[in-house]
Amino acid sequence: MDYDTISTFSKSWGLVYLVGLFLGVCIYAFWPRNQAKFDKAARVPLEEDDR
Amino acid sequence: MFNHGILERNSLLLVVGILIVVAIGGIVEIAPLFYLESTIEKVQGMRPYTPLELTGRTIYVREGCYLCHSQMIRPLRDEVERYGHYSLAAESMYDHPFQWGSKRTGPDLARVGAKYSDEWHRAHLADPRSVVPESVMPPYVFLANADINVDTIADALKAGSMVGMPYSDDMIANAKADLIAQATPDADGIDAFKKRYAKAEARDFDGDPKRVTEMDALIAYLQMLGTLVDFKTYQADAPENRR
Amino acid sequence: MQPAPSNAEFRLDLFAVPAVLVSFLLLGFFVAAKTPDPLMALQAWTFMAGIGVALFWLVQHYKNGIPDDDRSAYANDIVKAGVIASMFWGIAGMLVGVIIALQLAFPTIFYFPDFPFTNFGRLRPLHTSAVVFAFGGNVLIATSFYVVQRTSKARLAGGLWPWFVFWGYQTFILVAGTGYLIGVTQGREYAEPEWYMDLWLTLVWVTYLLVFLGTLWKRKEPHIYVANWFYLAFIVTVAMLHIVNNLAVPVSWLGIKSYSAFAGVQDALTQWWYGHNAVGFFLTAGFLAIMYYFIPKQAQRPVYSYRLSIVHFWSLIFIYIWAGPHHLHYTALPVWAQTLGMTFSIMLWMPSWGGMINGLMTLSGAWDKLRTDPILRMLVVSVAFYGMSTFEGPVMSIKAVNALSHYTDWTIGHVHSGALGWVGFVSFGALYCLTPWLWKRQRLYSMSLVEWHFGISTIGIVFYITSMWVSGIMQGLMWRAYNDFGFLEYSFVETVEAMHPYYIIRAFGGLLYLTGTLIMAYNLWRTIRGDVRASEPLALGPQMTPQLATA
Repeated sequence: MDYDTISTFSKSWGLVYLVGLFLGVCIYAFWPRNQAKFDKAARVPLEEDDR
Repeated sequence: MFNHGILERNSLLLVVGILIVVAIGGIVEIAPLFYLESTIEKVQGMRPYTPLELTGRTIYVREGCYLCHSQMIRPLRDEVERYGHYSLAAESMYDHPFQWGSKRTGPDLARVGAKYSDEWHRAHLADPRSVVPESVMPPYVFLANADINVDTIADALKAGSMVGMPYSDDMIANAKADLIAQATPDADGIDAFKKRYAKAEARDFDGDPKRVTEMDALIAYLQMLGTLVDFKTYQADAPENRR
Repeated sequence: MQPAPSNAEFRLDLFAVPAVLVSFLLLGFFVAAKTPDPLMALQAWTFMAGIGVALFWLVQHYKNGIPDDDRSAYANDIVKAGVIASMFWGIAGMLVGVIIALQLAFPTIFYFPDFPFTNFGRLRPLHTSAVVFAFGGNVLIATSFYVVQRTSKARLAGGLWPWFVFWGYQTFILVAGTGYLIGVTQGREYAEPEWYMDLWLTLVWVTYLLVFLGTLWKRKEPHIYVANWFYLAFIVTVAMLHIVNNLAVPVSWLGIKSYSAFAGVQDALTQWWYGHNAVGFFLTAGFLAIMYYFIPKQAQRPVYSYRLSIVHFWSLIFIYIWAGPHHLHYTALPVWAQTLGMTFSIMLWMPSWGGMINGLMTLSGAWDKLRTDPILRMLVVSVAFYGMSTFEGPVMSIKAVNALSHYTDWTIGHVHSGALGWVGFVSFGALYCLTPWLWKRQRLYSMSLVEWHFGISTIGIVFYITSMWVSGIMQGLMWRAYNDFGFLEYSFVETVEAMHPYYIIRAFGGLLYLTGTLIMAYNLWRTIRGDVRASEPLALGPQMTPQLATA
């Protein structure tokens, strides 16, 4: 295995992996149907809970 | 892709997701170092540490010397002029663990070998400020009074050979004798020792010929640092050494 | 230790945990009796002492049947124990830090030739391990146990097993820390404990992961709150890093010494992949979890953007893991790896600041609380320090900058702006929150002591990091200075001499920071006792605990 093989692989598939992961996370975070769930989740620490 | 509800509701999937994301970075960065042939240069002169040097290295690690001294000269003009040829990957290829360090409260030691006399090292280790008044180094006078337990050195070489230190059966079998011989002038086995370990220096390092102390071992280690690779035959610009 | 009559169900943990502890006690005894190595014998006896304390504690608390805390909705005693342990180790670790700072400032006074265990090389791992793993680790374990219960609306899973995690972890600290003093170390920065303690920590850590996951499995909330994501990333990744970086072959099964599996350049990158991600996942992800719970809780406002917190989480853990090679710029590490590390380190600035913005902006619309609530101020200032050091970090990872900064005190200053400013302050904020909540006090003993703590420690940080900036940059410049004849201008020792005033200022800064911590310990101790400072009557107290405020 030499440097060029790894380098070529990284520069192509590495980029796809990086961008894909970031897009996936953004789509998840901004998917409209998730909005209500996130709003509810954000209030979890504030709920009265000391039983 | 969009049914992320599974991911949130299932904490195991979250764990797997985390593991995949964090594992890929490590694998891509570290694994090629084991397979790329260009990672370690081709050099002449590298050999495993002698039993005495290995013991000295263990003391170096034990005392935390690496916390203030690096063993890694960077290819920068001032460093090469101050410390010598920049460090090669090959020079630490038998270092378990590596001791490149991360801080220079004191100077780099990658090529400290043969730069100072044994007497200087003894005085300096016993009381650093007696030879370097501005030094902030701790005193190591106790090393001169600590005898080495020579009975465990063969086990140490055996364990070392399991992780890749190139010790032969011959070296392991004679480890104890070699350890004593290197620190004892005119010892019987000195020729056999020198045959096993090329360019190894054998003498009474700590100034006390009757004992083999931790001072012997540490100075023997310091005096060989950076002296193994033959830079006359090393060609930095050769294709196999370009990284 | 039999279950109380009212509790009909069989509790395996009540038998399994003591059985495991007794087994290890016997193993320790076996090692102590058999080993020819006096250091190993001392380590074994220390280990037995730690296990012995754990067993003694269990017997004391369970001899009259199952205590109330074991039946309540939330396990609080273990969090209380974590708060106390954090305070203890925090003071110990910072005290050792001040001592080693004084050693470098006044080597003729603070070194003792007859006592090798007081040498800098033995004490520095004690300092770093005590503040990072003992103080920081206990804060993380305690807060994670608190937060996962509240955000899951479920009791901590595993019965007695969380106590195994707690005492197992304290035993690890005890054996590892005393080991450094007698010269037991692997010589890997921030991973100094030898092979047998690495195995023990692995066992404790896997138990920790299972307790945490088990609690999530019992949760009554559909969504896992984002703080738990960060805790989970911290636990899982630290387990992975710990196992891979500590792969080693022991010289003898009854001896202390081992040789690392990897050598040289591969070992170097493995170690700094570990080392940098100890920062990234132990000192960042874990403490970001604290930020995501305690700032909203204390400010009584939801986090600024939950969406941002999700993007923050994934981008942070994804990018952090690549950044390790920036510790090896210009070394014998292949250049491609250095470049990769630098690129990701610079990219890391973005998720870091995304998280900072998310924490700070949680206060939007309620900035006035910073004036009235010194605890919230401490938490918010910690996030500001986080922003500062996560900007400085990417700058220092640029190779041209690193050529100057590497090997100098600049690195030490950078670490401490993160450690004292971010990790320290966010931990103190969490401890100030937790103490009145857990011990059901209306508020802390004294709010003005919190102000004093905040003020003194902040000034201490300023002294510390500015002196290290100056000394680090100065030393870096002196090393590379040339005179008119083309020779190096300074010998190495001249640069050491030039550090002297800055080492004094640094020690003073550290002393101030320690003083602040001692003030906090006093304040928390009085709070636990139930005292309220006479000159600060309750009615005027600026802080009401959230529970009482809405009760």
